[in-house]
Amino acid sequence: MTETVNTSRTITYRQALNETLRAELERDEKVFLVGEEIGVFEGSYKITAGLLEDFGPERVLDAPIAEEGFVGAALGAAMLGMRPVVEIMTINFSLIAIDQIVNHAAKMRSMFAGQVSIPLVIRMPGGGGQQLAATHSQNLEVWYAHIPGLKVVAPSTPADAKALLTAAIRDDDPVIFLENLSLYSAKGEVPDGEQVAEIGKAAVVKTGTDLTIVSYSRGTTTALEVAHQLEGEGLSIEVVDLRSLRPLDRDTICASVRKTGHAVVFEDDWLSYGIGAEISATIGEGAFDFLDAPVRRVAAAEVPLPYAKALEKAALPSAADLARVVREVLNISSNDK
Amino acid sequence: MAAKARTRPKAVVESTGGEPADTLRDYYERMSLVRAFELRSSEMYARAKIGGYCHLNLGEEATVVGLMAAIEARDYLFTGYRDHGYALLRGLAPERVMAELFGKVTGVSGGRGGSMHLFDEETRLFGGYGIVGGQIPPATGAALALKFQEAAGPDAAAVMCLLGDGTTNIGAFHESLNLAGLWKLPIVYVIVNNGLGMGTTVEKASAEPDLYKRGASYRMPGIRVDGDDVLAVRDAARDALKQARESRQPVLLEVMCYRLRGHSVVDPARYRSSEDTTIAQQSDPVPSFRAELIASGVLSEADAAAIDDAADARVSEAVVFADGSPEPDVADLFKYVYATPVANAPAALPGEPVMDAL
Ligand SMILES: Cc1ncc(C[n+]2csc(CCOP(=O)(O)OP(=O)(O)O)c2C)c(N)n1
Ligand SMILES: [Mg+2]
Repeated sequence: MTETVNTSRTITYRQALNETLRAELERDEKVFLVGEEIGVFEGSYKITAGLLEDFGPERVLDAPIAEEGFVGAALGAAMLGMRPVVEIMTINFSLIAIDQIVNHAAKMRSMFAGQVSIPLVIRMPGGGGQQLAATHSQNLEVWYAHIPGLKVVAPSTPADAKALLTAAIRDDDPVIFLENLSLYSAKGEVPDGEQVAEIGKAAVVKTGTDLTIVSYSRGTTTALEVAHQLEGEGLSIEVVDLRSLRPLDRDTICASVRKTGHAVVFEDDWLSYGIGAEISATIGEGAFDFLDAPVRRVAAAEVPLPYAKALEKAALPSAADLARVVREVLNISSNDK
Repeated sequence: MAAKARTRPKAVVESTGGEPADTLRDYYERMSLVRAFELRSSEMYARAKIGGYCHLNLGEEATVVGLMAAIEARDYLFTGYRDHGYALLRGLAPERVMAELFGKVTGVSGGRGGSMHLFDEETRLFGGYGIVGGQIPPATGAALALKFQEAAGPDAAAVMCLLGDGTTNIGAFHESLNLAGLWKLPIVYVIVNNGLGMGTTVEKASAEPDLYKRGASYRMPGIRVDGDDVLAVRDAARDALKQARESRQPVLLEVMCYRLRGHSVVDPARYRSSEDTTIAQQSDPVPSFRAELIASGVLSEADAAAIDDAADARVSEAVVFADGSPEPDVADLFKYVYATPVANAPAALPGEPVMDAL
């Protein structure tokens, strides 16, 4: 953090994003926003409300439905030193732009021997649980977290939304900024004044001694809920919020597990080849001797997410699933508390 | 604004002359059914019987009826997510469509797809698709398959691919039209131009806002027709399908209509100018077609009222059916992931261990 300010306000994640975009548009004239329906419509999820009115159509660009085109165009503008902040309506639609992101944005700096930088931010929400069915409910961040040259951040709180978005916009590399549909209305304390997070750092958001839950984005909210609930059962749970998926803060994860001896990864995504797989492998390397039980993953059932409420609910990992697995790992039956 | 740049005659059917009264009555019945179904869907959404995204054909009824009157049972239909009306008029029972919206196992897609993803193999409704433009390449490929499978001619099948005005800006649209033009595929791309893609007008989204002209880049005939004129839509679509099935000439058909309400049921459409809203309401094809049929003596006021009541009753039956149907069984969660059984297919529920540690 660059500046110490002692005042703070309780605002929503949505408002934190909106205010940060506004502050960065004001601060740096190279910053501009582009995306579908971000101007007149004020964003599908109203993140850009009021910005067209205040900054005009040159800096808040409504784009047609052409993800590959406008993401690539933002990339091109970034090559000439602009600082575009793209909104893709949801992460699902980023698949149309993935060639520009993976084959181009992520490659240029290395492939052209450092002659060009790509100060590009791509904001997009992921997440299921709203009956949006298979194509509109995905958590595809691991696709991007896999790619060298990209940075991928995933704030779980309004304060981090502010500090990480500020950092992302000021960063000279392409940053995928992951939001979550179910976090937009979440409230939290946000410090006033300039806040710039360090990308690549995880945070221990609750300390504990018995077991470490590792999660990110919406998952961290659930992890904290479960940790507090289990506190009542006499279990001391530590929660690590990844905040950055690439780079990954392996030290913070392993330091926590070395202390607690138990780890569970909670993720909204499908299990195989997921973020949890990476975390588990990291713990296997960095905290093997400290483990008292195998690392477990609580993730989504590996099925295209159905629309029907009961099926959707069964397929998505819940707080109850997480609590159950934590107890299993600690070898405590849910009956003998 | 959108409305000004749109050149269309007044929203009445000008060509009812010569059309059998039974046909006209039948079209009104269909329009009334779509209207009743959509109004009820909106109501059921408000009552949380329907979830997720839900996009209605309100205001587009004449377009829906005209297109579905033109397509033959042997033809294949691909559409976007604004698909309820098309499914109903493709011949699917309102019960099964409403049940899908309710997420019930009796729904057309087993409750797995929801409003945006209606599919019925039997009637060759080959999908509603929720990703903008997602339907266009597969529809093009279906037309390619038809070329392999049968000879051109009056009895051949064709593909009708529906898409919105905003959807003409996605790369897949241009790539597909080029393929269809090159490969001479039996397909009709229908742009249902309701003037808006979510909140963006055609003029703000397309550098060439006369969308039918976009066919020219692919040497594909482009035709524009008044979407509030059910007979004009039907005739234009029939002619386009004829070119596709008999001459393997793909066609781009633009149908001009209005979206009566928000983009989806939850969108209050505050971004819309009151002028545009007024025009949309004045152009509403359901009351105008009704009035015209009464004026021309095809229907009496009582006949029309009886048709509206019957449509409403039909939809009520659908709601009762949907409401009384069971949800899909959680035990069937993985049922449709693969067509053939495969070793080690994942079947773990969240939190279930994937390996035994011992
Ligand atoms: C690839 C992709 N980008 C964005 C969206 C979000 N979206 C859903 S509908 C829509 C507008 C489409 O407008 P139009 O093609 O005119 O069809 P209409 O809704 O008017 O029927 C948008 C942007 C999406 N579903 N898929
Ligand atoms: Mg439209």
